[in-house]
Formats: sequence, structure tokens, C-alpha cells
Amino acid sequence: MGSTAGPLGRLRRLVTGSIALLAAASLVTACGSGEDGSGGGGGSGAADAKGADDGTKLTMWTRAATRPQSEALVKAYNASHKNKIDLTVIPTDDYQAKVGAAAGSRDLPDLFASDVVFVPNYTSSALFADITERVEALPFAEHLAQSHIKAGTYEGKKYVVPHTLDLSVLFYNKELYRRAELDPEKPPTTLREWDQQARAVDALGGGVNGTFFGGNCGGCGVFTWWPSIWAAGEDVLNKEGTEAQLSSGTAKKVYDTYRGWVKDDIAAPGARDETGTTWTGVFPKGKVGVMPMPSTTLGLMPKDLDLGVAPIPGPDGGKSTFVGGDAVGISATSKSADQAWNFLAWSLGDEAQVDVVAAHKDVVARTDLASNKYSKADPRLVTINELVAHGRTPYALKFGQTFNDPNGPWLTLMRDAVFGDGGSVDKDNEAVSASLAD
Amino acid sequence: MHVKAPDRTAAERPPSRPDRRTRPLRATAPRWWRSRKVKGLGYAAPTAVFVAVFFVLPLLLVGQMSLSDWPLLSGDRGVNAPENYTDVTESTLFWPAVRFTLLYTVIVTVVLLGLALLLALLVQESRPGAGFFRTVYFLPSALGLASASLLFWGLYSPTTGPLSRVLEELGLVDDPVSFLGTPTSALLSTVFLIVWKFAGFYMLILLVGLQRIPHEVYEAARMDGASRGQIFRSITLPLLRPSLALTLLLCVTGSLLAFDQFFILTKGGPDNSTVTVVQLIYREAFQRLNLGTAAALSIIVLAVLLLLNVLQFRGLRHADES
Repeated sequence: MGSTAGPLGRLRRLVTGSIALLAAASLVTACGSGEDGSGGGGGSGAADAKGADDGTKLTMWTRAATRPQSEALVKAYNASHKNKIDLTVIPTDDYQAKVGAAAGSRDLPDLFASDVVFVPNYTSSALFADITERVEALPFAEHLAQSHIKAGTYEGKKYVVPHTLDLSVLFYNKELYRRAELDPEKPPTTLREWDQQARAVDALGGGVNGTFFGGNCGGCGVFTWWPSIWAAGEDVLNKEGTEAQLSSGTAKKVYDTYRGWVKDDIAAPGARDETGTTWTGVFPKGKVGVMPMPSTTLGLMPKDLDLGVAPIPGPDGGKSTFVGGDAVGISATSKSADQAWNFLAWSLGDEAQVDVVAAHKDVVARTDLASNKYSKADPRLVTINELVAHGRTPYALKFGQTFNDPNGPWLTLMRDAVFGDGGSVDKDNEAVSASLAD
Repeated sequence: MHVKAPDRTAAERPPSRPDRRTRPLRATAPRWWRSRKVKGLGYAAPTAVFVAVFFVLPLLLVGQMSLSDWPLLSGDRGVNAPENYTDVTESTLFWPAVRFTLLYTVIVTVVLLGLALLLALLVQESRPGAGFFRTVYFLPSALGLASASLLFWGLYSPTTGPLSRVLEELGLVDDPVSFLGTPTSALLSTVFLIVWKFAGFYMLILLVGLQRIPHEVYEAARMDGASRGQIFRSITLPLLRPSLALTLLLCVTGSLLAFDQFFILTKGGPDNSTVTVVQLIYREAFQRLNLGTAAALSIIVLAVLLLLNVLQFRGLRHADES
């Protein structure tokens, strides 16, 4: 028997059926996405501690500043696993903008690394999936670089693990030390000694300079100046990251030393203009005595450059470092959280940390591997690896706009303190606090 | 008797009813289709849709953003008007950035258009070598602004650039030159880049304008005994007004929207002395991660640009009429 409703009835049934199907599909999708909109996310550890290696194609973003380390890890992972990671390297200056735009359109990759100081921005905006249980299930969880773990902990939940560690350390040119009749095995242990040794090398003349720093680069300032304050046992921010303590007596001693280098031309030409783009390119030329550098550049130094590595000292001794680099997490919208975790868990394991990270003369993300077969061959690596335990990673939600922004208040403080007379440090410190509390 | 009908040519024959398949569209199309209005709309529709999708809609979105609390990383949090507008204008960088952008616009417009006019006058005659010089002057325009800025950043750099070293080798300076180290030198170094980059482009526009002035007018002036200066003031400049208006409009708008060159060369430094208004928009959006205030600033810039363009057009039209 045919339809009693005729062709119009058939059409109506078809439309009704389609709507019901779409509604059912949306309901399933809605149930799957969870209330917080975190999508597939990382879950919090229900899956296998090692994740899944089933041939999934994963996407990952990293910034250009830590490209070599990320590429080495991804290359080794792709060579030994069924999962394959497609790594995209994004210019460092554009990274925040790119992540922000992708977050807005819910188009983030499965994994994305971030400069560790910007991680709080992302965790507080729910861009990373919660991986608390997965991290805690790792047998070496307690040995992971805790400064990175702390930076990635928000409201008691963990969202990231260390990816690449970049520490600020002193590089000194042993050949210039010899020429200046300094002991090349005795690097500075106080800021005063650093000052004396820089001046002794600078006195050599002939295009040789005592030291160098990025004087127009806020990021360089926090990376290389703050360890001198930490080394004295002081802090630069309050615990919540909402108030600056950058006008203390110790901080002013540090600024005074740098101001002296500018005043007496101990710093190489260009320090005043250096925006951070080329500040690591000066030391390898062999004309600078002693300056703070990122540890990740050790493997990139010319082979014929006889250089030593030492911790950054405080005014009267002590040692510290800025534990920078990148932390990495699974994006909240990833639908392959188990596979993404497989990469993260592997990247922190013994094999990756020793045979990939340490083999490239980079800092390992685990304190229990500080001394390994590669670092034993180069004592400078042991010095760097051991510093992880003495270092800090500052926490502030408004870190970027306060300290990295080339038009932010910290750079004003830096420049007034070092290229000016240092008289406005207290006032500038208030502006920094205002930005942090914004 | 059979009378043979007169033989008619095809042209004389009355038009036969056209075949349905070959009948022209006009005859078969419905009346509404034949209306000129509908046709006009049909022709304009693609452009209208393009403008609506890629200009009007984004503009409306920016308008909505400017009235909302809209962090970059977490999205729209609802209306907060007029907070974004007050926040932006109360920022310590806002008025210095406005003043700097205006100063930069005035300097660049005067220097650039003056030089472009001079170059156009130099190469307007078809003399031997004129083609070569026209090409040489125009060549920098073929380079993207970001690439040109990077090139000059490399040249200016006291640590890696050759310029300072060359000046030292020549004995012209004793110490390394800091091209971007002081507010004045940073501004002038950037103006130099922009003039180098765009003088040839504006020269080309003015050259076209110059070549449209009839030779007879110049000949008549010369026969009347007019001097070169008089010819320039009374013939060249008035007849070149449309081209000058176009270059003025482009130059002022481009300078008020300056971003790439400062972003690459100075990052707004030293000491925030070269922050432009568009850099502030970028800063609000991608350093302070606040799309709401960035959108508010964008709307302010748009309004000012519209106003300036209207004033420029009115001024030029008034001059034409008088």
C-alpha cells in the first residue's frame, strides 16, 4: 500500500528524519565534549601511563628559539614509533599571537610547547588538557625540573611537562683570561669578581671587551640579571606574581654594576641598542671576556673557542639561574590525547633525555640524570645540569606584558637603571607592580 | 496568371518569428529580469558580497569587540562599554604614540613627496639614460616593506652591520654609530628607509601626471616669456594637482598606519620613543592579549582616518574649484 500522504508527506518524513539524525549526532558530540569544552583533552590519566602508539598523526608547534631541541626529539620519536609528529616551528616573536588566534578558532595542534614564562597564561585560559594523574604516574615524576612543573600547575592541576631547558649561565673566554693574566680555571664567584675580571679583560684593548648584554631587551634582562638577585637569596616577585620587588638593595647593586660597565665602556658596543636578536652572537666572535649566555648555545659555540662555564653569582656570592626554555602540554581540544601523551612520556624517559637531549649538549629535564655519560665527558655540562636545582622560574600571569613587551615597564626600569642615573628605580618598580596587578 | 512576387533581399524581408531555441534572451526573459535595476544589482552583487563578507562583517565584529571584554585567549565575556575606549585613551603610551605618529607622518609626507616630485621632474624628459634612472629610482619599490626593513636593520646594526664599520674605516666617525640608539636617530633612520623605499613609487605616479600635461601649454608659456619658476608654479603644479592629491592621500594614510618598519627596526624604542598608534593596537592584542582594547583603538584610528580623508578631499576639491 502506498503512502497516504503522497510526495509531500515523503518529503516531510525525510526532513524530520534528517533533523532527528542531526540532533542525535549533536547530542553524542555534546556528551563527548564535556562541560568545560575541553574536548577530547588529556583526560586526567585514565589511559595507559605510556599513552598509545597506534600510528596516529599528531601535530605539534614550537617556537624558533628552541627549534634544534624540539626537532631532535621529534626526529628521534618519529624514527622509533608508529605515531608520527608533524612539527611546525613558529617565529618566536609571533608565537603568542599564533597560539592566541588558534585558541580563538579552536584550531590548536595536538601538542604545543611554550616559553615557560607564558605557560600560566595558557593554563589559566584552559588551553592545555589536565595531565595531573599521567604526570604523577611517571616513575621519575619527582625528578622532573620542578620549576617548570610549578609554572604549569594551576589550581592544583598539572598541565605541562618540561620540554627543553634553557638556563642562564656565565660563559667566559679562557684564552682572553690567559692574556689578561687571570686564572682560566677561576671564573667569578661574586658579582664583584665578575666586574674585576671583565675590566681586566677589557684592558687588553684591540677590540676586546669585558662583557656584553642586551640593554634594549626585557627578556634578556630577566634571564640574565635576576639570577644575581636570586643568588643573594632574594626574590624579584611576590608569590602570586602580582607585585615586583625589583628595587631592593641587592637589585640596585646589580644595576649599579651594569651601569658601571656602560659608563666605562666595559660592555661591547651595541649593548644599548641590543633588542635580543643578536645578543648571543657576540660572544662566539671571541672578543668578549665574560658574559651571561643561554645554556642552549653551548653546543653551537665555535670548536676552537676555549670557553668555560660558571653559575651567575650574586653581589656577594651564591649562585642561581633562570630556568627558562619551553614546557609542553596537550591542547585541550586534541582528540588524540593518549597518543600525544605517548610522546611526552617518551620525551622524559632515560633514552630520550640521555641519547637525544644530553647528546646534543642540552640540559636534561630530570635532576636524576644530571650526571650522565655525555656530561661526564664535558664537566661544563655537569655545572649546567646541577644548576637546575638552584634555579627559579618566575610565575606571573602578566609576565609577557610586563617583562617581555618591548614597550613594557620592566624595560623602562632596566634602561633607566643602567643607561640613566638609576634614580627612578623605585618609581619604575611601582609601574612594574601596576602592570603585574593589571 | 501567375504573378511572381517581387524578389526581396533578406534585409527587406519582415522578421520571421524566431525559433524558440534561438530566440534572444530579451524576448523570452520575464519582465523583472529585463529591468535595468535588477541587471545592475546582478552585476554589483559579487563585489557587494565580497565587501560585505571581507569588510562590513569584520568591521561589525571589531565594533562588537570594542564594546566587549574580550581576552585573546578566552574569548567574549560580554559587554563592558565604554571601558575599552577609556582604558586605551588613559594608557601612558597613547598620547605619546599619537604625537609621534603625527610627527612621523608630517616628516615623511614632506620629504617623500618633495623628493618624488624632484625625481619625476628630473626624469620626465625622454633623454638618453632617462629610462635607466627611472628604473633605478623605482627598484626599491619592488621590495616588500618587511624585507626592506630587515635589510636596513642589518645595515644599521652596530654589532653585525657594515654601515658603522665603513664610516669608522673612512675616518668619518671615531666610535661606532648607533643608528637606532637615540629617539632622533631612530626616527631619522626609519624615515630614510621609507624615503628610499617609496620615493620611486610616488615618482612614478607624479611622472604619469607630468606627462599628461600638454606640451602646447608649456610652449605657449615660453613664447609669452615665462621663466622656469613661473612655469613650475603656474602650470606644472596646478595641472599636477590630481596626481599630487593621490600621492598625498596615499602617503598620509600609509604613514598614519605605519607599523612594519618600526616593528622590525625599533620595536617602539629606544625608551618607547617610536611607538606608533598601530603598534599600540598590536601590543594590546598580542602582548597584553586584550582584543577588546585593540578593537577600540582600531575603531578610533578608523574614525580619524575617515575624517582626515574627507578633509583632504574637501580641501583639494575646494582648491580645484577656486
